[in-house]
Amino acid sequence: MRVVVDLARCQDHGQCVFAAPEVFHLDDGGKLGFVAEPDEALRDAVEEAADVCPLQAIRIDG
Amino acid sequence: MAERIAVVGASLGGLRAAEQLRAAGWTGEITVIGAEPHMPYNRPPLSKEALAGTASFGSLAFRPRASVADVTWRLGTSVSTVDLGARVLALTDGEPLAFDGLVAATGLRPRRLRRPGTEVGRHVLRTLDDALRLRPALVPGARLVVVGAGFIGCEVAATARRVGVEVAVVDPLALPMLGPLGEPLAAALLRRHQRHGVRFHLGRTVDRFETGRVVLDDGTVLHADAVVEAVGSLPNTGCFDGNGLDLSDGLLCDAHLRVEGLPYLVAVGDVARFPNARFDAVPRRVEHWSIPGDTAKRAARTLVAGLTGAPLDSAAFAPLPTFWSDQYGDRLQAIGAPGLGTADIRVLDGDLDGDLDGDVIVGYHRGGVLVGVVGLGGNATTAAVARYRSALPAGAALPAATVVT
Repeated sequence: MRVVVDLARCQDHGQCVFAAPEVFHLDDGGKLGFVAEPDEALRDAVEEAADVCPLQAIRIDG
Repeated sequence: MAERIAVVGASLGGLRAAEQLRAAGWTGEITVIGAEPHMPYNRPPLSKEALAGTASFGSLAFRPRASVADVTWRLGTSVSTVDLGARVLALTDGEPLAFDGLVAATGLRPRRLRRPGTEVGRHVLRTLDDALRLRPALVPGARLVVVGAGFIGCEVAATARRVGVEVAVVDPLALPMLGPLGEPLAAALLRRHQRHGVRFHLGRTVDRFETGRVVLDDGTVLHADAVVEAVGSLPNTGCFDGNGLDLSDGLLCDAHLRVEGLPYLVAVGDVARFPNARFDAVPRRVEHWSIPGDTAKRAARTLVAGLTGAPLDSAAFAPLPTFWSDQYGDRLQAIGAPGLGTADIRVLDGDLDGDLDGDVIVGYHRGGVLVGVVGLGGNATTAAVARYRSALPAGAALPAATVVT
């Protein structure tokens, strides 16, 4: 599973961080960081994060 | 053998329900019925970027998952009545539709003000078409009166100021967003709006609408090229009339999101009144962004179990509500249920009375327990709020009695 975030769309709402804190995080300045190839066991949480993104900027490949 | 699940409502909740029915293993037919002519789209930008003209309306459509490619979409069609006894829907357009299982995702409609006077120039903001009608009125120098200082009213006011509109906001309460935020943060929000030139008429109501003017209860006359009524929403439950259900505030759900325990009827999104094990056993409707997805996931599993005879999920249903609001350059970010803890508000970080540009994080407590956190400020606000996630109640397992089918 590969996570792709369109950072040109992302507005750092952090909804993905609430849904999948193991994969997405905000640094102290509020900028998004994420694990690009998370463990398959986290698929459910990552799908939830993609669903809940206000900008629909998260895609899951594979 | 169960064959068809009908989903009433084709917004975010309806889309997520269809996707989650497939994820839960439902291989039968799914038909989604939506009153609007559009495929499901993203509503939050309607009061922000899309209204300001900085995001195109075309960019709002959701990307449905591949798993729902075979779903039948009946758009531009309303359900006029649901007959639960016969398990059949009457549609405003076409033949009645029989169903085996039903997902209610009917959402809300804007409440309208019952005041005398003209309808000309009056707007509400819920749908894409509402935003399309309102946007041409928001031109530099135009005068806008916003009635209602809740989420939508405050966001519309901020967006209108950004494009150079003169804005007056009218609300019967003493502060904007007082209900969800409580007094100190609402006061901070008021100051930020005022600094951006919004004029407030608080503690006031509308007496009547005249052509080009709104007259308030104290006789104040506000000139208005356009009026936005943002005075809350009502759950769409009319099609369920006549089935003996409690429709006093949405559809009353159990902890599995079954409507009044019925195995073949679940509710998702704004219309669902459900208990959240994170807080207590009181069923509530929650009009926040994250809820359609959370409820759709659980409701889909419940419905598929109900139709196939599989056991219900015994895990507690304890979604974490999250919402945000963008007003000017500020972000309001919330997690939990701050509205339950407005009687005991404590500043967790920052200073409410200090610099208007400073970030502030506020905690909401009930019985001494932190139940919600709201941040107001710049880009770092969300990260600061997120750090309190683990301090909120997690939600206990369901008492055995509520798991019995």
